[in-house]
Amino acid sequence: MKRILLIVSFFAALFVGWEMLVRAGIWSAVLVPSPLSVGEYLWSALRDGTLVDSSWVTMRRLLAGYVAGIALGLPLGLLTARFRFLRDTLGLVALGLQTLPSVCWVPLALLWFGQTEGAMFFVVVMGTVWSMIIATENGVRNVPPIYARAALTMGSSGIHTWVCVLLPASLPFVVSGMKQGWAFAWRSLMAAEIYVTVLSGFGLGHLLHYGRELNAMEQVIGVMFVIIGIGLLADKALFSPWERFLHRRWGTTA
Amino acid sequence: MTVDPEPLSPTSSKLSVRDVSKRFVSGSREIHALDRVSLEIGEGEFVCLVGPSGCGKSTLLNLIAGLDHADAGAVLNDGAAIDAPGRDRMMMFQESALFPWLDVLGNVLFGLKLKPTLTKAERVEVARHYLRLVGLEKFEHAYVHQLSGGMKQRVALARALAPNPRVLLMDEPFGALDALTREQLYGDLQDIWAKHRKTIIFVTHNVREAVCLGDRVILFSPHPGRIREEFVIDLPRPRDINSVDLARYSTRITAALKNHVNRQGEISE
Repeated sequence: MKRILLIVSFFAALFVGWEMLVRAGIWSAVLVPSPLSVGEYLWSALRDGTLVDSSWVTMRRLLAGYVAGIALGLPLGLLTARFRFLRDTLGLVALGLQTLPSVCWVPLALLWFGQTEGAMFFVVVMGTVWSMIIATENGVRNVPPIYARAALTMGSSGIHTWVCVLLPASLPFVVSGMKQGWAFAWRSLMAAEIYVTVLSGFGLGHLLHYGRELNAMEQVIGVMFVIIGIGLLADKALFSPWERFLHRRWGTTA
Repeated sequence: MTVDPEPLSPTSSKLSVRDVSKRFVSGSREIHALDRVSLEIGEGEFVCLVGPSGCGKSTLLNLIAGLDHADAGAVLNDGAAIDAPGRDRMMMFQESALFPWLDVLGNVLFGLKLKPTLTKAERVEVARHYLRLVGLEKFEHAYVHQLSGGMKQRVALARALAPNPRVLLMDEPFGALDALTREQLYGDLQDIWAKHRKTIIFVTHNVREAVCLGDRVILFSPHPGRIREEFVIDLPRPRDINSVDLARYSTRITAALKNHVNRQGEISE
């Protein structure tokens, strides 16, 4: 209880201090709008639906690409761990492309797909898939060999060993790969949305971009808050359950 | 020999190791793990393989488990060559090798799930039976990391026993446990063996442990791995590891071991 009180008062003090600095004219209201005006913008954008619409557009793009990236990366990672040939080839490609900031896919995506949803999808998949391949491969190769041997003596073999032993055993790595993939996908999508206008849907990135065009600082800062909020929410909703599962089973502490 | 209360296939299990050799290449060095080793093990026998590290005793266990293949010679189970793992031969390792993503019951069920003849309810019943046998029925929903080292090995024992193998292969299963826990497990293992009459092949470098558990103690020496001597332990069961009679045997065997190994060290009594 005391902890919650401390947290609340910390942020309250932060906002009050901010408001006062703006009111006193120490911070220019043009460059740093007061928290109240940011709140006003958020409230009006929420009421006229622009915020909900663009959040939905962004989340839809992100989830579609992210799910596809994982659905592609997980099996490819398993195959890469299984076959030396793939490790020497695809593994190397994945390692190289993972170091490429995923924003760098945007120009290529635009040339290939034009200003379409396809381009957005492609960028998000590229942000996710390489991390996923590397994390899965790494996870499988870090499974203690004794697990596979124990499973073998109990009559497990082939696909069964992969699905029932190696995959669950590498979960700690897979989940951290999913987290990294999410971070990359989220950042690259935001960059793509700021950079490119896609007529089939205006995402949060566009909203941020137009805030700048219109010199509407309260919009810029408001949208930034929304983006942070979605990031935190995804962390809690998507990854916390997995991490709790891992901590409970593996006995590692957070 | 007592009659096993559980259904067994009618033929008697007999393991024979005939002139088996095995080499490993590690880096630029070649290790001659086993050199023309022969050994006969009868149904229901408790045999301990003793020797310093590198003498090939674990290699031999892996060959019998079917996890590895011999370069020369044959490993036979009832006269048939062993070329793959089978549920008639279950293995227990020094580390428990329990799966952290499953709870205790899930771990014991793992091997049973691969037995297609059982229904789900039967499997759970069998798993619970073996957890009771090792005294862990209250821990079926615990996770692996919550167990002590001794409890982990008990679960591993239950998991190995659950598919009802005829042969139990144990690779230094108590090596990482403290002395007190080990002594309890010696008692439990002898108990379970007396009741179920599995054939047990037990690898250790602890001579006292071998004398306490085995009908026979087979002495190995390394480089190349060979069988040096064999001791029949003629002591009543259950045996207490601290008894004077047992100490007399282990002194003799330790002396023989030192004699064979000479300055190789790594022998614990």
